[in-house]
Amino acid sequence: MSFVRAQRSVLPGFGLSLGFTLTYLSLIVLIPLSAAFIKTAGMSWADFMTAVASPRVMASYRLSFFASLAAGLVNSFFGLIVAWVLVRYSFPGKRVVDALVDLPFALPTAVAGIALTAIYSKNGWVGQYLEPHGIKIAFTEIGVFMALTFIGLPFVVRTLQPVLSELEPEIEEASATLGANRWQTITRVILPELLPPLITGFALSFARALGEYGSVVFISGNMPMRTEITPLLIITKLEQYDYHGATAIAVVMLVASFSMLLVINLLQKWSRRYYQV
Amino acid sequence: MSSSFVRLLSSLCFAAGLAVSASRAETTLLNVSYDVTREFYKEYNPAFIAHWKETGGETVTVNQSHGGSSKQVRAVIDGLQADVVTMNGIPDVDQLAKINLIPANWATRLPNGSVPYTSTILFVVRKGNPKGIKDWSDLAKPGVSVVIPNPKTSGNGRYSYLAAWGYALRQPGGDETKARDFVKKIFANVPVLDTGGRGATTTFGQRGIGDVLLTFENEVALAIKELGSDAVEAVVPSASVLAENPVVWVDKVVNKKGTTKLAKAYLDYLYSPAGQELAARHGFRPTDPAILAKHADRFPPIALFSVPEVFGSWAAAQKTHFSDGGIFDQIYATK
Repeated sequence: MSFVRAQRSVLPGFGLSLGFTLTYLSLIVLIPLSAAFIKTAGMSWADFMTAVASPRVMASYRLSFFASLAAGLVNSFFGLIVAWVLVRYSFPGKRVVDALVDLPFALPTAVAGIALTAIYSKNGWVGQYLEPHGIKIAFTEIGVFMALTFIGLPFVVRTLQPVLSELEPEIEEASATLGANRWQTITRVILPELLPPLITGFALSFARALGEYGSVVFISGNMPMRTEITPLLIITKLEQYDYHGATAIAVVMLVASFSMLLVINLLQKWSRRYYQV
Repeated sequence: MSSSFVRLLSSLCFAAGLAVSASRAETTLLNVSYDVTREFYKEYNPAFIAHWKETGGETVTVNQSHGGSSKQVRAVIDGLQADVVTMNGIPDVDQLAKINLIPANWATRLPNGSVPYTSTILFVVRKGNPKGIKDWSDLAKPGVSVVIPNPKTSGNGRYSYLAAWGYALRQPGGDETKARDFVKKIFANVPVLDTGGRGATTTFGQRGIGDVLLTFENEVALAIKELGSDAVEAVVPSASVLAENPVVWVDKVVNKKGTTKLAKAYLDYLYSPAGQELAARHGFRPTDPAILAKHADRFPPIALFSVPEVFGSWAAAQKTHFSDGGIFDQIYATK
């Protein structure tokens, strides 16, 4: 994030490229989103509140938010390890593993959902061993979390990888020669460098999970008050030709997601400043 | 700026649409239908095309579009140029009347309330019926797991819910309170609410979840074929709901395209013995009594009640049961 400076930049074309950026963003992002706001503008405040604050919708916010948060956190931890391994070590089949990471990007989300459900339901590969022990994954909140973790992993790995490969091993060696033990090298030297991309990766994974629909509806079981995610409720309202109710929930999600992303961006900026002084 | 962009975009889309339609010179008809009529119309369309030619018409192409029923209707509302719409629920077609794509009296334009064939909700159980499920009352028993798709998102689930309610109401001494209790007990036995009928069949068949699956009569045969007659069998309850499949030509579209006569003939032919025969073969109950009698082995006798009979009207049933905060929501909120 840079601000317009008073003095002219040495790079020409600022006005033109900014104009282009704004036009492009308006066309691709703002116009479709503003349609949601315009549609809800026709609602009375009371209608809006019943649409967005009924117990069923509130329950779905809770599930969507906490499952996405958990998925984002888990992905941040394991994604960091995956990225670390992929950048720092070489081993046979590394290219294949690297390509595997992108699979959740490329796979149609419905396919992911059906596959996960097939594996974790009570007669599936994994489910048949878990269910006798009373562990249910498919058609529970855990299933939702699993699906969201699946789709979010590449975001963390792919944001961390370039930063990690920029981070030269010499820095670690320098830290060792200056007397730091391994733990100190990790916590004082490596992690501070990785924190900003880690926050970005977390934010992307989290935001993606909030809006995810295709993979979740298959594994969640869609039980009202328990395993309904917010995007499902938007679809449910559309199925009932309740365009206003659907857009009202969409607006709430938009505002919530935007504010969270904004906060995370600020946090990232702050973390960078803090460690680079 | 934004409105001129929207205008520019929409005119571009319109131009693209024109280019596509201009490249097809011959007369085409688009039938927008729901999911499970695909196989039926695949056979019906060639039959109709041949019939239309025989009676002196031009060569026509009939295109079909299938998907979840309300999604399909939304597409028509948003501008999909459907000449005819063939659905599984009256409320879906009523939506088209609401925005004046068709007149409010659409149901009076074709015989039998514009319904050429019907269906009903039956049960599919595991082979040998280990839980002894015979009728609706067995679904409310503790320990029975029932697979029903979400009544709010699928016609299938909606009819199942209304059938259970109607059954309870029509029992001796039945009233609203008892019906509500009964339906609540059944839905307490539902482990998964899939968004559509096909999803529910998968849950029941592939995932092995549930003791009984509730689905349309025309789906039952398909489900048994798909899951194997050694794995599942059909159960016919004592009574069930009459699922009317309304068909309608879309006035706004056919007037513009000049396909009114063709669209009408297409729907009329559904009522002909040939059309009724095809419907019967695909598991839909023909409304022609002679054809129904001919296929009596396929369609077991069952006491059918229609939604307006039990609930007053479709609009009332929708509002009381499936609107936000309606009885279906309350059943789950107080669980």
